[in-house]
Amino acid sequence: METMKVDRRKFLAGVAGASAASTMAAPRGAAAAPAVKFPSAAARAAETLVPAALPASPGRPGSDFMVDVIRSLGIEYIAANPASSFRGLQESIVNYGGNAKPEFLTCMHEESSVAMAHGYFKIAGKPMGVLCHGTVGLQHASMGLYNAWCDRVPVIMILGNIVDAAKRRPGVEWLHTAQDVAAIVRDFTKWDDLPGSLQHFAESSVRAYKIATTPPMEPVVIVADGGLQEGPISDGESLAIPRLVATAPPQGDAGAVREAARLLANAQAPVIVADRLARTPQGITLLVELAETLNAPVIDQRGRMNFPTAHYLCHSERARALIGQADVICGLELTDYWGTVNAYTDNHERTTTARTKAGVKLVSIGVGDLYTKSNYQDFERFAAVDVPIAGDGEATLPALIEAVKASLPAERRTAIAGRAEAMRKAHAAMRERQRVDATYAWDATPVSTARLSAELWGAIKNEDWSLVSPDNFISRWPHRLWTMEKHHHFIGGSGGAGEGYGLPAAVGAALANRAAGRLSVNIQCDGDMMYAPGALWTAVHHQLPLLTVMHNNRAYHQETMHLQRLGNRRNRGVDRAGIGTAITNPNVDYAKLAQSMGMWGEGPIENPADLGPALARAVAVVKRGEPALLDVVTQPR
Amino acid sequence: MRSVLSALAAGLLLGSSAHAEPSATNGHVLFVKVGCYQCHGYQGQGGAGPRIAPDPLPFDGLAAFVRTTSGEMPPYTTTILSDNDLADIYAYLQSIPRPPALADVPLLKQ
Ligand code: HEC
Repeated sequence: METMKVDRRKFLAGVAGASAASTMAAPRGAAAAPAVKFPSAAARAAETLVPAALPASPGRPGSDFMVDVIRSLGIEYIAANPASSFRGLQESIVNYGGNAKPEFLTCMHEESSVAMAHGYFKIAGKPMGVLCHGTVGLQHASMGLYNAWCDRVPVIMILGNIVDAAKRRPGVEWLHTAQDVAAIVRDFTKWDDLPGSLQHFAESSVRAYKIATTPPMEPVVIVADGGLQEGPISDGESLAIPRLVATAPPQGDAGAVREAARLLANAQAPVIVADRLARTPQGITLLVELAETLNAPVIDQRGRMNFPTAHYLCHSERARALIGQADVICGLELTDYWGTVNAYTDNHERTTTARTKAGVKLVSIGVGDLYTKSNYQDFERFAAVDVPIAGDGEATLPALIEAVKASLPAERRTAIAGRAEAMRKAHAAMRERQRVDATYAWDATPVSTARLSAELWGAIKNEDWSLVSPDNFISRWPHRLWTMEKHHHFIGGSGGAGEGYGLPAAVGAALANRAAGRLSVNIQCDGDMMYAPGALWTAVHHQLPLLTVMHNNRAYHQETMHLQRLGNRRNRGVDRAGIGTAITNPNVDYAKLAQSMGMWGEGPIENPADLGPALARAVAVVKRGEPALLDVVTQPR
Repeated sequence: MRSVLSALAAGLLLGSSAHAEPSATNGHVLFVKVGCYQCHGYQGQGGAGPRIAPDPLPFDGLAAFVRTTSGEMPPYTTTILSDNDLADIYAYLQSIPRPPALADVPLLKQ
């Protein structure tokens, strides 16, 4: 208790230092920071969410209590590939918990379990649980965790493991146990713990949830020891689940926010760049308000759905020109600030040049400096920023908007209003250019990615739709042609560019969209699909309304281009880039793959004229509440 | 895809004989074989690289670029792509038809 008091004093001192900034920076909508107070044992017991369900009844398995804990966190789904190290907990979920809240999602690969949780969060805005076998299961899951880490997405992973050697069955159970089971993912998870008692499990689970969902949001791991799961709750053991109170996100320092606002208000050519900014729909509303206040163009780097594509200040396809003209650049939750303001050429010399003009001022608001680790290099190249602000972008925007408004004298307002017309014209010209660009190769076989996107848009635009896949491998045509405005219209990318993410992430997002009655659309790369096609089965099994349209360029095409580059550079052959990169000979029949798992499947579509009618059939299936897959053979990008 | 494959087969028969007239058919085969399609699309419409057809750059400018570029596009020297082959590729680029007018594509109307 003594140490707790000491820690608390230190903690409070830290909070006091920061609080001036956070109160200044919370003019509207932001929750007040919770009072920092450690509850007494009695208070803790009183705060328990589920006292009635608590098994004061000794003899019941510990894993029943674990289900109570999971339920108290509001976790609705647990994605898992079944495994013995959590058989106690699985039995409690299905029998004690009745397989509802949380419901068990049957996955065919642990990497897919995590990617499902990843995609789910992007739509639901809250984490999914992932139940995972220690050792081999976690080894499978690790890449999914890395993607989530890079993408700042919380995943609550519960790991099975059996600490007590005397309780392990001989054979496989030894193979599947580790002394420090979470070690292999510690470089890219925010926190992990190995609870030694059920009470410890409860407290650490609530702590883990809070840590995971406080920006920077990241995956966490809690080990559910097999002995604790399967053993009985002991006589007289008093168990209490601490109440979950969400931690208010960190906001930027008020003085620094004012400095950023002053620069933006006085800029002649301010540019706003957003990447993983809008955590919620409110993030879009705020960014629109900031942009309109300044009449500043927005470059959406599309780590999230940040800005409506049809808004006159959406200028993402003009990024290069705008960055070159800017006198102030405001980066919001950028992952790669350096890459935003510098050009890098992948040639022999690997040339780099500044994209910006001399004297440009760089502002950054984001959580990148708040939490990082050393080993994996996802923090990208260092960029020297003039006004770096540590704080959650969305939570800091209200203060920034107020400060910009406060620092705008009347004559600046007139000048800023005068920018609108030019912005409208440039926006309209940009959108028109995109449509003209889409006409090229319109009738080509294989089908152009622009044609694919335009046909798809025609098939879904009158539905309540959600694009649950990234579009960078199809030249971002959906962003260039569609009207995207709502937060669920796009879910960003994988984060870590680890393949095998696309399909299961789409399945997870479709699960969350189903609750809202939405039609989910997944434009699926063929290479990514083949990592773990079992996620198709999960979509059928759980009856998810998910339309998957293959971008089937029959290659790991990114790598084809890399091989070509090297072959040319080394001047020794330019016609063998397909070796080891093409997915031909034989071609994969994705329609049959889908059908083999009970999914509606059609294709391959090679003639673009066949695409529209096939899409109409597929959409009709999905509107009945089932998944469907349409295989389309496409141009490379 | 089938048309590409049959064009490929045709190209194999043509081989790289002495050059009289540049051949758009052989150029199409080569465009795929030496990887131009990877970054520019099968019809040169653009992708990872920019659009290069229809209306390609004048031949001399295009050839100079393809031979010497030191930017994002990897250069093709005469060791790996002969002048005749490049001339055929150029003929293919010239043969690519213009796209439909935007107004004639209902799906692309705003
Ligand atoms: C690995 C990708 C890649 C391959 C393969 C490739 N290109 Fe390119 N190409 C590019 C990129 C990227 C650019 C833009 C480079 C720049 O602006 O410096 C480009 C530019 C060009 C341009 C100049 C366009 C303009 O208007 O400025 C031409 C012409 C061209 N490529 C022709 C070809 C031909 C012909 C081939 C095959 C012999 C080919 N390319 C193969 C990527 C590629």
